[in-house]
Amino acid sequence: MAIETEAGTTQRPGGPDPVGTPGAGAWWARPALHTGVIGAIIGYAFGHWLGNYWAVPTANSPAAYQQIGTSDGNDFAIVLGYTFMLVGWLIGLGVFNDLVKLMLGKRLPQNGHEANGGVAKYFRFTLDHKVVGIQYLIGMIIYFCTAGLLAMGIRTELLSPVHHVFSSSVYVEIVGEHGTMMMMLMTSVILGPFGNYLIPLMIGSKRVAFPRIEALSFWLTPAAFLVLLSALPLGGFHFGWTGYPTLSVQDTSGADAYAFAFGLMGISMILASFNILVTVICYRAPGMRWGRLPMFVWGILGTGTMMALAAPILSGGMYMLLLDRTAQTAFFTDNLGGSTYLYEDLFWFFGHPEVYILALPGFAIVSELLPVFTRKPLFGYKVASAGMIGVTLLSFFVWQHHLFDSGIDPDMRPLYMLTTELISIPTGFIFLVGMGTLWKAKIRFTVPMLFCLAFYFNFLIGGISGVYLSDVPADTTEHGSFFVMAHFHYTIMGGLIFAFMGGCYYWLPKMMGISLNEKLGRVHFWLMFIAFNSTFLPLFAVGLAGQPRRVFEYARNLTTLNDWVSISSFFLGVSILIFIINFVWSTVVVRNRETGNPWKSRGLEWQVSSPPPADNFETVPVVLSGPYEYGVKDAPPVADLNPPVGVLAAGLSESETARAEA
Amino acid sequence: MAAETSAPATGAGEREPNHGMRIFIIWLVLALASDLLIWFVLGPHLPPGDLASAANGQQFDIKVMSAMAAPVMVFVLIQFIYSLIVWRHREGDEEDGPPIHGNTRVQVTWITLTTVIVLCLFGFGTYELVNGPGAGAGSGEGPSPIVNPPGAELTVAQQMAPYSASKPLVIQVIAQQWRFTYRYPQFGGFETTYLAVPQNQWVEFDVTSIDVIHDFWAYQLGVKADADPGVNNVAYTKPLQLGSITVRCDELCGLWHGAMYDYGSVMTQSAFQSWATASQAHFADVTKMLPPYATTYDPTEIKQLGTVLVKLGLTGAGGGYYPPNDPSQP
Repeated sequence: MAIETEAGTTQRPGGPDPVGTPGAGAWWARPALHTGVIGAIIGYAFGHWLGNYWAVPTANSPAAYQQIGTSDGNDFAIVLGYTFMLVGWLIGLGVFNDLVKLMLGKRLPQNGHEANGGVAKYFRFTLDHKVVGIQYLIGMIIYFCTAGLLAMGIRTELLSPVHHVFSSSVYVEIVGEHGTMMMMLMTSVILGPFGNYLIPLMIGSKRVAFPRIEALSFWLTPAAFLVLLSALPLGGFHFGWTGYPTLSVQDTSGADAYAFAFGLMGISMILASFNILVTVICYRAPGMRWGRLPMFVWGILGTGTMMALAAPILSGGMYMLLLDRTAQTAFFTDNLGGSTYLYEDLFWFFGHPEVYILALPGFAIVSELLPVFTRKPLFGYKVASAGMIGVTLLSFFVWQHHLFDSGIDPDMRPLYMLTTELISIPTGFIFLVGMGTLWKAKIRFTVPMLFCLAFYFNFLIGGISGVYLSDVPADTTEHGSFFVMAHFHYTIMGGLIFAFMGGCYYWLPKMMGISLNEKLGRVHFWLMFIAFNSTFLPLFAVGLAGQPRRVFEYARNLTTLNDWVSISSFFLGVSILIFIINFVWSTVVVRNRETGNPWKSRGLEWQVSSPPPADNFETVPVVLSGPYEYGVKDAPPVADLNPPVGVLAAGLSESETARAEA
Repeated sequence: MAAETSAPATGAGEREPNHGMRIFIIWLVLALASDLLIWFVLGPHLPPGDLASAANGQQFDIKVMSAMAAPVMVFVLIQFIYSLIVWRHREGDEEDGPPIHGNTRVQVTWITLTTVIVLCLFGFGTYELVNGPGAGAGSGEGPSPIVNPPGAELTVAQQMAPYSASKPLVIQVIAQQWRFTYRYPQFGGFETTYLAVPQNQWVEFDVTSIDVIHDFWAYQLGVKADADPGVNNVAYTKPLQLGSITVRCDELCGLWHGAMYDYGSVMTQSAFQSWATASQAHFADVTKMLPPYATTYDPTEIKQLGTVLVKLGLTGAGGGYYPPNDPSQP
């Protein structure tokens, strides 16, 4: 019976491993990427056919097709196509195989952790959090580079205010694709790869709480990515990443791709966040109490909380937009009883926590890495975790500062001014922690450390420019201009992506067992740091001088500044190219083996071999002290990896007794 | 203290310098210098200039915020740069740093100071928003604004009655893909594509749209208000000096958003009156075809829209103002 096969998998810390994918058979016969693609194609064809079939004019409703299609395509057929494509993709990947087997009462044959299997395992739906982490890493780099190339297109167009490389239509499509792809997919750029891979290792667990949900969260991202790209052949979408109606309701079929992809990514975020939250809360090893939790875990915990609460609003809003476009509802159409403000509120209720979803993982990485390279304990551990919690909570109370000029109730503006300015207090905690940790330290300028230091520099500018935007009068000039655009690139690109790069150089030896080339790493860092600042610092001035966002024409007297920015941005592109070259060179060609603890870190994840064994830990470790006790005389080791027989059982029975008593 | 005994860089007789005092002195000098520069050198040139009351208010806010932000920024930067230079890792030193886990006094001071700064900024911003010459901040306040200039307490009928210099001039901004037009209800409701405003008189912009969301940004006037279909979004400003105005759409509104800009000017009272009276006569034919003045419009109810557009000089194919084949220059 199905229940019997589940008997061994009680969810206790370090309990038996998840069971999962079947192992036998030729590679092409096993569910993997290729079967997923086949499933997706069949699904799309079926869904599209179904949509057109339902829309065929009949004697009773001769105008059915026109009713369903709001613009030049049959949006109903396209959306149904995407829906069934998604179902086909997941069936093809084998997402539902185990569930069907369990329902039929069959045994699941193999342990979920992938001890071997070569490269093929990275193309499969797998239950190993370490494989999912690598899948996320590669996926995120691909998404980031695609959206980055689109940014190069934007800057090429803006080289001249009068000579145009693209038509106005293509330009707006590129702007929308770049913005949407970055904003929707980069939400998982740190939580996906590092969160999924490292959090079980950092908290002393052999597994994550919901391996299937975790893997599903990843396999939804390529679908969202490709659906979003499919907007281009459908005519693109012409409303940026915010998708305000009624423009997005009247737009061509590319808008369906936007709404479907963004909503889908929202679901991926919900799934990813629930897995992370439950893992951190329920799967910590004995001794890993809240006061010993690594800062990275605190940051990802905050990120997961925001995702879990904000992403449903996004998915709901996108679903309503799709209904407006296909089923002739009028949620967002003013003269039919709807309201564009409804959409603006729904969008920004998600959208503002989202920018903290993008910032907090950056805080997490720098706070995690700083003690290692200063050889000092983290200054103010409680302040740092309070900062993360504060940002998480406050992020839900600021969204209407995006709507100061929109005609919302003007009485509300001081409130949102206050909440927005308040959020700089917990953000300031992170800076205090950084400054305190550097105080009297022994600072080692390794490549990951350089990226962390650059994070503080960039985020300082990004954060302080954000305070200007919270002030209603100052915001009147800055709203919707390149000032805003420079501000959020400083926090997201300068914050999140710099932290991501630091994380790559720091953790790749752990995750892949190889170290990245340091010389190339330094070239990458300096070029990226200088080019980034050279690109975005002048944009504050461009915005204040009156250039709105998303325009392909601008005042002639801003040509020099725009050219400077464009050329700098090409260098920024080159710096990312150097990273890619370094990544491929180091992981594929040279493969400089790294098995130990190159940074002499006290982090629990570094106490096991690199890459970690299939089960992470032989036995569940007992955590003995905090992760940042550098320089503390007689500090106990961070954990006992081979606790004496009985310690773990005693700990567990104690906690079970306590639970029973409670 | 453990922190001091474990610092090997300090020799036996050498005294550890007072790092805090050093940082404080460098900070004091640089913060003072940057604030003086911001206030006296940069300040008068900060955007969006001082052509109008709202712009003036915004310029003042940006100046004050810069003066408050600079010392914070300078402090953090000095702290970082000082640490990176003084406490960098020396070759051969393999010991860990001093185990400082925190310092309650420093933490409490930092949290208190940042909280005080934030609350001051909030108080300042709110005061600026509702008081003084820049009240209302020139931003769209929706159909029932809380900040009203003198004369705005008149009834709607009184406000729409023929023009007089003692009450705010009402200009309706109607946005559509991809043009702004301006309607002057106090001059018989004529509609034009040129924005003219008089000097030293409050102007009330009633911003609306007949298709998608646009945003009316009159840069030099310091006015920015979303143009929402079916919504009357009100913003105020008082032009103080003569000069030209650039208007841009500030909310992505489709293909030709980038080309949705036009110009206007601040005129003397008499020049404005003669311009407006002449325009009223010039557009009399068109005005007759327009729907009666209202705060919002439904485009499907403007029966002679095509004729009106042609008469206003707004011609184009497919309902837009530009040929559909993407010309290189609109």
